[in-house]
Amino acid sequence: MAKRESSLKNMISTLLVITLVASAALAGVYNLTKEPIAAATKKKTENAIKEVIPPFDRLERFAVMPSDGPDSLILYKGYKGDSIVGTAVQTYTYKGFSGYISIMVGFNADGSINDIAVLEHKETPGLGTKMAEPKFKDQFKNLNIAQLTNQKVKVTKDQGTIEAITAATISSRAFCDAVQRAWENQKKGGEK
Amino acid sequence: MNQKSNFLKGFIRENPVFVLVLGMCPTLGVSSSAFNGLGMGLATTFVLLMSNLIISLIKNFIPDKVRIPAFIVVIATFVTIVDLVMAAYAPGLHAQLGIFIPLIVVNCIVLGRAEAFASRNNPLSSVIDGFGMGLGFAFALTLLGSVREMLGSGSIFGLKFIPTNADGILIFILAPGAFITLGFLIAIINQLSKPAKS
Repeated sequence: MAKRESSLKNMISTLLVITLVASAALAGVYNLTKEPIAAATKKKTENAIKEVIPPFDRLERFAVMPSDGPDSLILYKGYKGDSIVGTAVQTYTYKGFSGYISIMVGFNADGSINDIAVLEHKETPGLGTKMAEPKFKDQFKNLNIAQLTNQKVKVTKDQGTIEAITAATISSRAFCDAVQRAWENQKKGGEK
Repeated sequence: MNQKSNFLKGFIRENPVFVLVLGMCPTLGVSSSAFNGLGMGLATTFVLLMSNLIISLIKNFIPDKVRIPAFIVVIATFVTIVDLVMAAYAPGLHAQLGIFIPLIVVNCIVLGRAEAFASRNNPLSSVIDGFGMGLGFAFALTLLGSVREMLGSGSIFGLKFIPTNADGILIFILAPGAFITLGFLIAIINQLSKPAKS
C-alpha cells in the first residue's frame, strides 16, 4: 500500500481517526480500572489508619479546613463503643524538598502521638525517603505537642526536640510542619 | 538483517543508553536504585513494544506531515494505559514508580524508535526491535541503578550489605552521581566493544 499523501483532508481525517480510537481505548481502560484503583486507594488509607491509632470498632470521617493551608485535612475518629480511642489525621505540607508530602498522624485520646504513616511524597531517594524509617519516625511516638515549648514541634536545628535526618533537614522540617498542622486540627469536629 | 541480530542490536551494539545516549532524563532520574531502574525499564519496554507494533501497522495510513503528532498520541495512549493498569492491579509498584511513568511519553527512545525503525519496517521486525531496545534500556537502567545503589546506599535491590546505621556515599544517589556513574560505564563499554587491534 502506498503512503497517503499529505493533503489537508488526509491529515485532518488521519488525526481525527487516531485520536478517536485513542480516546475510546482510554475510556475503556479507565472504566475497567476505575473500581480497582478506588479500592486500592481506600485500602491504603484504611491500612494507614489502622497502623496509626489503637484498635477501633467504628470510624467517623470529618473534613477540617486548617487556618494556615490551602487544602482541608481529613480526620478519622476511631471509636470503641462510645468513647474515642484515637484520631487519625491525614495531613500534608508543601514545604518538602520536592513539595507536597502527605502523612497520616495518629493521636491517642489524650492528644499524644501514637504513630505516623507516610502516604505520599516525592523526596530524594536515600535522603528524604528516610522519613518513613523508624529511626526518624519513632521520635514522634508518645510525643505530646501540648508539652513542648510554644506547643511547636521542631527539629534540633530550630531549637526543637526532633533529630533531623542527616542531609535532609528540609524534609525533616516539612515533616514537623505536617505533624504540627495535624495536631492543631485534631480536636476539631468539622463537617462530615 | 535477521531477527536475532535485530533483537541483539538494542541490547549491545545500539544500546539506547550506553551507545545512542538517548532518554537521559528518565535514565538519570530513576536510576538511584536497582529496583527503580528495572521497573522503569520494563514499563518502557512494554510501551516501546506496543507503540512499535501499532505504528508499523498504521504507518502507511499516516501522511508524512502529521506523523509526529500521530506517533505521540499512540505512545501517550499506551503510557496512560500502563499507568492506570499498574495503579489498579499493582498499587505497591505504582507507589514506587508512579511519578516516573508519565515521563515515558517524552522519552525520546520511544519516539526515536517509532520514527527511525517502526515507521519503515514490518510489524514483526518492529516488535522485535522494540523488545530488544526496551530490554537494552531496562538492562542499562538496572546496571546503572545497581552501581549507584551499592555505592550510595550500600544495598542492592533494597538488601543492605553494610551496617544499618552506616550511610553510603551520598553523591551517588544524587544527580551528579548519575552523571559520574554513567560516564564510567560508557567508558568501560566503549573499551570492551572496541574492535581488537590487528
